[in-house]
Amino acid sequence: MTGTYAHAAGFYSGDRPRIVTSRFEHADSYSLERYLATGGYQGLRKALARPATDVHDEVKKATVLGRGGAGFPAGTKWGLTPEGVFPRYLVVNGDESEPGTYKDRLLMERDPHQLIEGCVIACYAAGLSQCFLYIRGEMAHAQERVAAALNEAYAAGYVGKNILGSKFSVDVVLHWGAGAYVVGEETALIESLEGNRGMPRLKPPFFPAAIGLYGKPTIVNNVETLSNLPWILTNGAEAYTAIGTATSPGTRMVAVSGHVKRPGVYEIINGTTTFRDLIYGDDFCQGIRNGNELKAFVPGGGSAPWFTPDQLDIPFEGPQAGAAGSMLGSGAIMVMDHTTDIPAAALTLTRFYAHESCGKCTPCREGGTWLERILRRVVDGKGTDADLQQLIEVGTSICPGDFPHASSTRLGLAAVPFPYKMTTICFVGPSAYTPVHSALTLFPEEFEARVTKRTHIPVTAVGVGE
Amino acid sequence: MSRLNDANVALAKEIIARYPRPKSALIPLLHLSQEQNGYITNDAMAHLAELVGVTSAEVYGTASFYEMFKFEPVGKYVINICGTLSCALMGSEELLHRAEHKLGVKAGGTTPDGLITLEHAECQAACTEAPCLQVNYRYRFRVTPADVDSLIHDLRAGKLSDEIPAHGTLAKVRQHIPADRGVGAVAPEAATTAPAWFDGKAAL
Repeated sequence: MTGTYAHAAGFYSGDRPRIVTSRFEHADSYSLERYLATGGYQGLRKALARPATDVHDEVKKATVLGRGGAGFPAGTKWGLTPEGVFPRYLVVNGDESEPGTYKDRLLMERDPHQLIEGCVIACYAAGLSQCFLYIRGEMAHAQERVAAALNEAYAAGYVGKNILGSKFSVDVVLHWGAGAYVVGEETALIESLEGNRGMPRLKPPFFPAAIGLYGKPTIVNNVETLSNLPWILTNGAEAYTAIGTATSPGTRMVAVSGHVKRPGVYEIINGTTTFRDLIYGDDFCQGIRNGNELKAFVPGGGSAPWFTPDQLDIPFEGPQAGAAGSMLGSGAIMVMDHTTDIPAAALTLTRFYAHESCGKCTPCREGGTWLERILRRVVDGKGTDADLQQLIEVGTSICPGDFPHASSTRLGLAAVPFPYKMTTICFVGPSAYTPVHSALTLFPEEFEARVTKRTHIPVTAVGVGE
Repeated sequence: MSRLNDANVALAKEIIARYPRPKSALIPLLHLSQEQNGYITNDAMAHLAELVGVTSAEVYGTASFYEMFKFEPVGKYVINICGTLSCALMGSEELLHRAEHKLGVKAGGTTPDGLITLEHAECQAACTEAPCLQVNYRYRFRVTPADVDSLIHDLRAGKLSDEIPAHGTLAKVRQHIPADRGVGAVAPEAATTAPAWFDGKAAL
């Protein structure tokens, strides 16, 4: 056992320029002392010396794409609050729970002051009156690190009344969750913060920026997104957009797990990396364990359709991954080598989403459970080919029409681009079907070998109509 | 009898005051209650309902949604073994079997001495450190079956009581906003105009 957090391996920096993980190499990266010694709270000082609208423009110019999964630019999001409606709130989404993903937890544990500074800058720029920092309940260590950092920051005048002696005041309130994946969805997060069951609200028409917490304009930003702000305000938007690509500037954190030699979290420069680099590169995961063959990988968290070795040379960028039939989501790659039992692997993900369904939408509540039970039967060798057809039918009732998938030279398949249509409010329902669909489409033979033939229905998840 | 004790009532009031609406404090207060009593009792929910001004049914409605709240006594230590893809690929099922065998209970069960509850958990956000488990929501990374044995041994011998608080998660560090530094909750109906500092001029 590598012991508790303090001894955890798994973050690798190499020589690449870093924005959000620059302090991780220090053992005391979470302390105020270290933060101040490494340029901490300079971005805030610069921000407060400028009018709020200026700071907002700077962030807009930097085009900081949301790192929670949807990739919506933060500066633009702040601008969606209706004019003249106050108070406005900031809710920080630290409810990280997408399978395969972990970066927000590291940012909270290892550099909590960077996040706090980002929160305060965001409140100033967008005219937000109070900030709630919602951390996933299971992350005891992150809770403690952020609580300690907030206590330090209040005492030193970086948060609270008259920040840095200025006329600007804002509270940052630490809030904790209690175990519910769906709360990572922004409207469910708001429900949970209001003390309710964490069920997503119907949107459109009302997005949180217009009607959010307590019915007031609310900005929901991801931890990694906000952690970029101190650097941007310190160094300027131009320096930020000089890194990465025109459409996705800056860096992003990627967690690569599964059957690789060196699983870890990496901060990469947008636009410089392909999946092959990440999985096989010397700077990154250094290839598959024991020299094994790569079988498949999930490119963007458990909700993302799977890729196979055919897609290795696709750049790690949103639009390209989307055109190839998947998404980057929250920046998490899960790698499966040739020893992987594909139906069983799909089952672990489908079980996750079935378990995490909040129960609000019928296709997800019922469909997720059906998918799990049928798939369990197939994995246990008790299924028939009718079960496989049933999986597809249940999936189609959650996501009508063509479901996105990768191309396959082996099977002669062309890609269907992301996204899908859905009959549910949020993405939990479709996500229960995603692994089933990917596994069935890309590895039909593993399912056919597993089931008893009764009805001679050809196994193909492709081309099922509406 | 499992209302919050006096010290925790004081803490609860401090927490409630940070929110524009008292009900927002419900999840933090449920954690507090569970830390005090080991699980969430009916009396505790009635008390929390009084504190935040809702019915006890509403408290139960909220509490029952969340995985971490327990309505039956659980062990002093809850071991969660992750079973989602990254951990499953790295052998977490074997860990679960090992723990079941060692403890003599199935996942979901509690040892007869009330010390340890074993749970099969979903993704715990430590995927590159797979397989992982948590004890009272504190991590153990890259766990081997032998590690499971020694963990259970150490818990039984009381060796980890400093590192891992019994029941609940958050006993070590809490947020405290000093009275002279806090702004106070901004109620949605109280502030209908822009904050004074949001006036188009630099704050410093």
